[in-house]
Amino acid sequence: MTSYAKPSEGDRKLGLVIDLDTCVGCHACAVNCKEWNTSGHSAPLTDLEPWSRDASGVWFNRIHSFEAGEGPQGRTVHFPRSCLHCEEPACVEVCPTGASYKRVEDGIVLVNADTCIGCKLCSWACPYGAREFDEDEGVMKKCTLCVDRIYNENLPEEERVPACVSTCPAGARHFGDLGDPGSSVSRMVQERGGVELMPELGYKPVNRYLPPRPKSGGCGAGKAKALEPAIDTAALHPALRWLDRVLSR
Amino acid sequence: MHPALSVIVFTTASGAGYGLLALTGLVFAAGGFASMPRGFGFCAIGLGTALVAGGLVSSTLHLGRPERALRALTQVRTSWLSREGALAALAFLPILGFFAGWVAMGLVDGPVRLAALAVALLSVATVHATAMIYRSLKPVHQWCNGHVVPVYHVLAAMTGALLLNALAHLWGAPSQALAAFALLACVAGAFLKERYWRFVDEYAAPSTPGTATGLSALGKVRLLDPPHTGSNYVMREMGFRVARKHALKMRRAALLLGFVAPALVAALLSGATATVAATIAPVPALAGVLAERWLFFAEARHSASLYYGADAA
Repeated sequence: MTSYAKPSEGDRKLGLVIDLDTCVGCHACAVNCKEWNTSGHSAPLTDLEPWSRDASGVWFNRIHSFEAGEGPQGRTVHFPRSCLHCEEPACVEVCPTGASYKRVEDGIVLVNADTCIGCKLCSWACPYGAREFDEDEGVMKKCTLCVDRIYNENLPEEERVPACVSTCPAGARHFGDLGDPGSSVSRMVQERGGVELMPELGYKPVNRYLPPRPKSGGCGAGKAKALEPAIDTAALHPALRWLDRVLSR
Repeated sequence: MHPALSVIVFTTASGAGYGLLALTGLVFAAGGFASMPRGFGFCAIGLGTALVAGGLVSSTLHLGRPERALRALTQVRTSWLSREGALAALAFLPILGFFAGWVAMGLVDGPVRLAALAVALLSVATVHATAMIYRSLKPVHQWCNGHVVPVYHVLAAMTGALLLNALAHLWGAPSQALAAFALLACVAGAFLKERYWRFVDEYAAPSTPGTATGLSALGKVRLLDPPHTGSNYVMREMGFRVARKHALKMRRAALLLGFVAPALVAALLSGATATVAATIAPVPALAGVLAERWLFFAEARHSASLYYGADAA
């Protein structure tokens, strides 16, 4: 049903916390996401014309790179973007068939590929561009938060996290229950001032982004000790002083 | 937003069809068509139903899995698309009763008038549901505003009135009231559409690259590298852009064709030329509404495009 129970205090809200300070923009999370999910819950993640210059396909996770700020304070921020598993997902409300739904037990937003008619209205209702239409299968696809990994008892316990989280070499992606204020992800959000995307639209996304830490002074700001002269030329032997002058020209 | 031809044709045709059915139903329920021949009823209800049904068929072309289209009638509690489908399906019942009573049996009173009234109410409700699909989409600033629903209603009434006016002329029973209503709808349509365009030109969307990334505290935010070198579904569906100068030309064309031309030919001429004029008036009007609907999509900008280099949504 597209009418869902809005999460209340204490409900489980599984989601991701993404650290924009440490993300290096390597795209490993996007690649591992594609790798896992192309044979997972919403498989396949179809690629059209995969061997041509116009290759185009379904990805649940895409890494954009932004520039923020001007001049010396400007910086490059790598920005992974996937479904935010919103508390008020309009994508679910607008679905005319009930194929889109939000799970009560953990808040994950999923699509039932057997009942989706491919009207694409859910992708119009998502402000974050998280839903991608599979033109080959005629149905909508989206991030499942690796629902087929996180509860999968066939996997060793440490692998029961979303594929993107398990592969991040920079430790910039964290998975957990954002409905529990004591969880490690909730504490991280608290300590680092984690933000939600487009709060003005009122979707209440569960995923949070940790903003880049403030810049330290940088190499030009103070005189670095290592750059100071290593020897006192005035105290040198006259012959060496002469050699120093010649070599310093 | 990508202007999909199937959706543009659907909303234009079904709007005109429901407008025609609603006005026919209202005038009939008030006893206005009691002396009109059955052939007139056949044409009015038949044309209205054909436009509506053709529009619905066109809209299913937009689906990835059209064979599952009936599933779309199930989520009326939350989905305006589902409500639109359910209301459209429901409307066929009184349409059938109205057609059978008036055209097949020649009855013009009692239960047939009730069926005609039900046709009018369900027609207006279906157009309302169509408009609400767009009105309720918060990521699209050009759709999620108070100007959208009145425009859908007035344009449906306008195209429907011009069609009914043409049919009345062809059956040799021109009505001044009908022509006046059509003229009024043209003027109201032009006014509301101008007001809509002024709104989308003057008011910026609430979302920016800064709010989309949560990075606004660092200063101005702009895309450096897209996620992939190629394009994708979101870029094609949500990233459509129309050049400002082309959009302005299209706006003028939509205004002239959609409102000015039909108003002039439908209402200002009298005598022998009136029939010819009234008959051709719906043609520029429908062309104008098609242009208006194309612009409604082409000028609409989705907040997801902020992740792909748009500096404003």
